[in-house]
Amino acid sequence: MITDQGIVMTARQQALALFASVGLLVLIIELVRRRKLREEYSWLWLLTGVGLLVLAVWYRLLLKITNIIGAVLPISTLFFFGLFFLILISISYSVQISKLNNQVKNLAQKLSILDGDLQEIKRSGISGERSNG
Amino acid sequence: MKDSSRVMVLIPAYNEQANVAKVIAAAKAQLPTADVVVVNDGSADRTAQVAWDAGAHVLSHPFNMGYGTAIQTGYKYAHENGYDYVVQCDADGQHDPRYLQVLLDEVASNRCDVAIGSRFLKDNAVHYAISPTKRLGMKLFAAIASSVLRQPVTDPTSGFQGFNRRAIKFCASDVYPTDFADADVIIMLHLAGLRIKEVAVEMYASVNRQSRYLNMYSIFTPLYYIFKMALSISLHLLRKRRTALEVES
Repeated sequence: MITDQGIVMTARQQALALFASVGLLVLIIELVRRRKLREEYSWLWLLTGVGLLVLAVWYRLLLKITNIIGAVLPISTLFFFGLFFLILISISYSVQISKLNNQVKNLAQKLSILDGDLQEIKRSGISGERSNG
Repeated sequence: MKDSSRVMVLIPAYNEQANVAKVIAAAKAQLPTADVVVVNDGSADRTAQVAWDAGAHVLSHPFNMGYGTAIQTGYKYAHENGYDYVVQCDADGQHDPRYLQVLLDEVASNRCDVAIGSRFLKDNAVHYAISPTKRLGMKLFAAIASSVLRQPVTDPTSGFQGFNRRAIKFCASDVYPTDFADADVIIMLHLAGLRIKEVAVEMYASVNRQSRYLNMYSIFTPLYYIFKMALSISLHLLRKRRTALEVES
């Protein structure tokens, strides 16, 4: 099933995986630190970054998981979890967008009601001035 | 209806500068003691100014948000200002204003919480042609709504409606679906425990087709429309218990 080539991760492959996962983690932490990404949205990304790092360092774990889920190649396991996390992140975005939509709708409705009242006050103010003057 | 009852006529309008003044005048003539409120849904033309000059109270959305959201802004305004009844009609002259009083009487006499003006309850009430696809869609969802409500629903797309205080409160809440108003809304109102009744009305073709709120049947392909409507109806049925709880609280 797994060839010798598959079992041993070359130094080059491991370096790339390490570089990618550490880079991702640093980027996320830096974005949160600069307040460009809110903490509440960053946890799923952090989880993805940490997961990648663990698998890059601990190759035997990757092999074990591959065995457990019944995949043939370790690379399939990586792709599977990569895709799975992306889907989770997309769903969490949809939830956020739905919530934002509703908030924008409520704000706009409130604004139009307040604006209507303001116009009425102005109208009665103008007619009041006229009747006084 | 008590003499002190406060009545609001709700007119959602999108690019209706040509017709809105006539509709406001007709509504004022029919119901002289009612307040006329126009929800201007981000029109690009002078709808707001024309409605204002015609003596209506105008609620202007900062941008276009669609028919469902526009009518909900009206319900929220009615709820905040303690109106007893809301009667609603389109701004394009499609709805015969003579029936505003009929819809109002229906809710004011406490025969129902929501009165829906149906163009299919009496003969010769539709003074324009309805396309076959649209008629099919209407029939299908009227049949579904009828079976859920266990009473005949003939015109689920009608925007010619009357509401009492209880119905206004529900429609102003966050559970009200604002994406589009159709059979799913009627089913939701029913599941929320509101009494619904259809009343025979007459309808005309819009005076100005171009400016009208685009009909959902022309925006969405019929297939998407059927899918979306079936989905929202199923979801309302799944949410049955929660919706009922929320309207009571």
